[in-house]
Amino acid sequence: MTQRAATEPMGADPRDHEALALEGITVRFGPVTALDGAHCTIRRGTVHAILGENGAGKTTLMRAAFGWLMPDAGTIRLHGAPVTFRTSAEAIAQGIGMVHQHFMLIPAMTVTENIALGGRGRFDAGTTAARITAVADGAGLPVDPVARVRDLAVSAQQRVEIVKALVRDARILILDEPTAVLTPDQATELLRWVRTFADAGGTVVLITHKLREAFAVADDLTVLRQGRTVLSAARALVTEAHLIEALTGAGVGPGGAGGPVPYHPMPTARVADAPEVDDPAPVLRLDGVRYVDPRGVTRLRAVDLAVYPGEILGVIGVEGSGPRELLRILAGRLTPTTGRVTRPDAVGFVPEDRLHDAVIPSFSLTENLVLADGGEARGWMDWSTWRTITRDLLATADVRAAGPDVPMATLSGGNQQRFVVGRERRRAAAALIVEHPTRGLDLTASARILADLRALGGNPRPAVVFHSADLDEVLAVATRVVACFEGRVREVSPPSDPTDRTPYTRAMTGSVETTAVSSGGTR
Amino acid sequence: MEALLIPFLDATIRTATPLAYAALGELVTERSGVINIGMEGIIIAGCLGGLVAAGAGGAAMGFLGGALAGAGMAAIFAFFVLRLRADAIITGTALTLLGLGLTGTLYRGLFGLEGAALGTPSIAPIALPGLSSLPLVGPVFFTQTGMTYLLYLFVPALAWWLARTQAGLALRAVGESRAAALAAGLDVQRLRWGAILFGGAMGGLCGATLVLAQVGTFTEGMSAGRGFIAIAIVVLGRWRTVGTTLAALIFGGAFALQYLLQAAGWALPYHLFLALPYLLTLILLAALRGRAEAPAELASQESWSRA
Amino acid sequence: MTEALLALWDGAFGSSYAIWSATLVRSAPLLWLGLGVALAFRAGVLNIGAEGQFLMGAIGATAVAQVVGRSVPGLVMIPLMALVGGVAGAGWAGIAAWLRQRFGVLEVISTIMLNFIALATIGWMVRGPLQEPTRIYPQSAEIPWSAQWPFLIPGQRLHLGFVLGLLACAIAWVVLTRTATGFRIRAVGASPSAATSAGQIDVGRTVMRVFLVSGACAGLAGAAEVGGVTWALYEGISPGYGYTAIAVALLARLHPGWIVVSAIFFGALEAGASAMQRDAGVPSVVVQVIVAVIILGVLAGSQRRTRVDALRVRAGSGR
Repeated sequence: MTQRAATEPMGADPRDHEALALEGITVRFGPVTALDGAHCTIRRGTVHAILGENGAGKTTLMRAAFGWLMPDAGTIRLHGAPVTFRTSAEAIAQGIGMVHQHFMLIPAMTVTENIALGGRGRFDAGTTAARITAVADGAGLPVDPVARVRDLAVSAQQRVEIVKALVRDARILILDEPTAVLTPDQATELLRWVRTFADAGGTVVLITHKLREAFAVADDLTVLRQGRTVLSAARALVTEAHLIEALTGAGVGPGGAGGPVPYHPMPTARVADAPEVDDPAPVLRLDGVRYVDPRGVTRLRAVDLAVYPGEILGVIGVEGSGPRELLRILAGRLTPTTGRVTRPDAVGFVPEDRLHDAVIPSFSLTENLVLADGGEARGWMDWSTWRTITRDLLATADVRAAGPDVPMATLSGGNQQRFVVGRERRRAAAALIVEHPTRGLDLTASARILADLRALGGNPRPAVVFHSADLDEVLAVATRVVACFEGRVREVSPPSDPTDRTPYTRAMTGSVETTAVSSGGTR
Repeated sequence: MEALLIPFLDATIRTATPLAYAALGELVTERSGVINIGMEGIIIAGCLGGLVAAGAGGAAMGFLGGALAGAGMAAIFAFFVLRLRADAIITGTALTLLGLGLTGTLYRGLFGLEGAALGTPSIAPIALPGLSSLPLVGPVFFTQTGMTYLLYLFVPALAWWLARTQAGLALRAVGESRAAALAAGLDVQRLRWGAILFGGAMGGLCGATLVLAQVGTFTEGMSAGRGFIAIAIVVLGRWRTVGTTLAALIFGGAFALQYLLQAAGWALPYHLFLALPYLLTLILLAALRGRAEAPAELASQESWSRA
Repeated sequence: MTEALLALWDGAFGSSYAIWSATLVRSAPLLWLGLGVALAFRAGVLNIGAEGQFLMGAIGATAVAQVVGRSVPGLVMIPLMALVGGVAGAGWAGIAAWLRQRFGVLEVISTIMLNFIALATIGWMVRGPLQEPTRIYPQSAEIPWSAQWPFLIPGQRLHLGFVLGLLACAIAWVVLTRTATGFRIRAVGASPSAATSAGQIDVGRTVMRVFLVSGACAGLAGAAEVGGVTWALYEGISPGYGYTAIAVALLARLHPGWIVVSAIFFGALEAGASAMQRDAGVPSVVVQVIVAVIILGVLAGSQRRTRVDALRVRAGSGR
């Protein structure tokens, strides 16, 4: 088969240069249909971007191709021949490799052990390491085979994942949101590598929700919406407007509840219209805050920061550079090692992992509302009053729920998030700390949350601190931006050209000329 | 001094042997990411299985019977935890009750109130030619039963298997991250079934050794907490083969200390000696505090957050 | 087989004596113990040590009855025994709680170890400090009359401990559903991370307190058993009540109201099994098998619940 494809002229039969074809793929999880007859054809030697909102089925489709799950219906062809993968081991054996969004590496094990996993017979660390080095150097992705994965930076772990696939002779690489964890520079570098790999005859499937990325590197594009393929074409034939329409299922612009924020480009002029600060007293203030985590790693060094009423402070920075700790200290969920924190008694906090840290899925909405006061509540619980308060909250925060007594787990992600934001606002009017609020939400729900945050009112208006891995989101919402880099926090002065994002990406990577954060004249 | 020391060390090795079997079995199970708290029930099943099988077909049959009885109990555990996804701790507790109750009932059913026939086959210590005549080491290490010698071979074999084979690597990976193991194409369920059944067979061997190489008969509840001690031994051994074996020796020593102190004429009440191994377990577990080396998947079975 | 089952039924419900002097008498410790286990599981504490806490409660109650029983009237003596028993049980649980909090020792293992240590302690007590004056039998002397808990019905053996157990279940139910403390316990058990992060609840402290209360319940059961049933301390004072309590709690789905039903069910089982051994020659250890099978049955049954419920089942912290 492969031989025939090689000897016959390319393009005679489209199947000749198809690497992977998925047709009529249907996947159901219980009553939920995740994929409904989705299809796409990936040509050999190309980069193929799979686009779609969260929950559109991008990852599910590729997991079906990788044998991670068995589709309920549909066919998969590999180099023109129908295949059925019962396990991912079978897909790996056929030359398919997948780098999952959450890396499938074992932190306690070495790079060699991680890569060797899944083989048979003896395990000889020495020979395996030599082979890894050979493959890695050949591909231009240096890795240290004897290092433990937990000691590696995220970008290095990603290289390990790719090398893991290459060591098994993968010719088709599926990358699931690979740039989500990278700094802009690292992302550019990775995309360059992807291009080189494809130019050398490899095939890459790039799952992403970033249009810019898809346009930058892909040859072909497939767009999924609600489990169906709505667009599949060569990049050259598609305009950005097409793509947005395909993604959202509607024209861009206001419409629908809450007025969605346009998907792209994000407004970046937001920082310019910073509010007039009438009240000079900051709501939140850090003086010389340093934080060393339990493992002895210094996460924050000498941070001075002040947040004023009415402003939305956007925090940018890659994972591990300090934003998480900064937000948690401001929210009072973490005590700094040294330094002084000034904050109101109650600070609202919307944590990243909603289902784990913000709500109890099995508890009713009323109980979840009370949860926020759990540490302070005393004596008898007046459930009927709490139920009324919950009902009011459902109305004011526009949470769609059957009533205050249904379990939290029955709500959609967007409704859960609005509930959490509303609950925290109710409890703490002066300050709100928000971490990755759109994680796990679909585009419409994300847009609503961002719009809600921008429109936060009250008197005085609350001080909001906002962190997201998505720079566009931060720029769309924040009135002032600070960047974390290696535990230091610096204010980023807005560029004269509002569409220019280089100052921000620079600040996140340390290649900076930024001003120290103003902290109300104390420094 | 030597007159006390040699019997003490000899008793240490003898008592540690069944503990080591159970602990190494538990080790393999836990390395696959499942804690089997029902080891106690498995051991007592191994005791009765060993007794019955040995009565029917001799000592060798007895060990086989013990291993099978243990594996059978473990299969129940595996079915509930892996297939039905029931809580491992509670399933394990039920397994212990099941083992203790079932063996008590069956034993009385089989042997009536008089107990087992006295002629239960047993295995005697074998002095290894040459080695047994070494001073101190000889009588302590090389005048033991075949089960102890088997252990001498088994420990390095298990350590090698875990570190140097793909199967061992796979087992460790499953215990560290189910998701990563799945992504590498490993059959997580099958590996865990295998690890639990193996742990059960080892626990059964522990029981059979107690009956056939030490006590010579069956009494109700004769496992006397060894299953729980085995779990503590694994923690103490930091989830490593050699470490676990050494920890088993420490506990063997704690049991043997009862004889030593009594022989030395200490006037402490007998029952306080009985409490010694359990007390030691608590103290050592507290002293070793950090559980950083535990297989990461085990943590998902704990419900307490570490504050 | 039929003969054995008949004996079981007769022993549990066959006569008014069987009901009021066997079944309900055996249910009394199970009420307390089952409640203690259920509270602990509710908060996510895997307290497998009810057996040891029960024994320590029994030792404490016997000791205080022997020491001051002769000089104090029953009105003081009985609350004192309950108090000492409860404190002894809480203290025994407190060791496990402290080991967990301070050193990260899993309570599953430590409580089981403490069960064995408690068993050894009782063995020593009845041959040492608390042995009867003739020093022949491994048991304590009978506790003084003022320390014997009153029977509730003339001619029957049902004692005060049973009613107190019912009361405790009612109180626990009210606390769990109607008070802030109860809400915290449920929240901590259902999701320690959300309780910490969203509720700013001190999880460690909540859990520690529940652990102590759970131990106190078990210790009280021990005191009630000595004061209401045995009037003396001996090694076999518990036929594994502490382990049966786990089944009691699970079968009741950790709900204090259902604990009552579940405790009576298991009490009947224990009573019937004794009769079965006496009348039909079937060993009473068979009860342990039944207990185990019921626990496994509950586990298997709970797998068929809805998704939302399944989230609750984790670590037995069901509702």
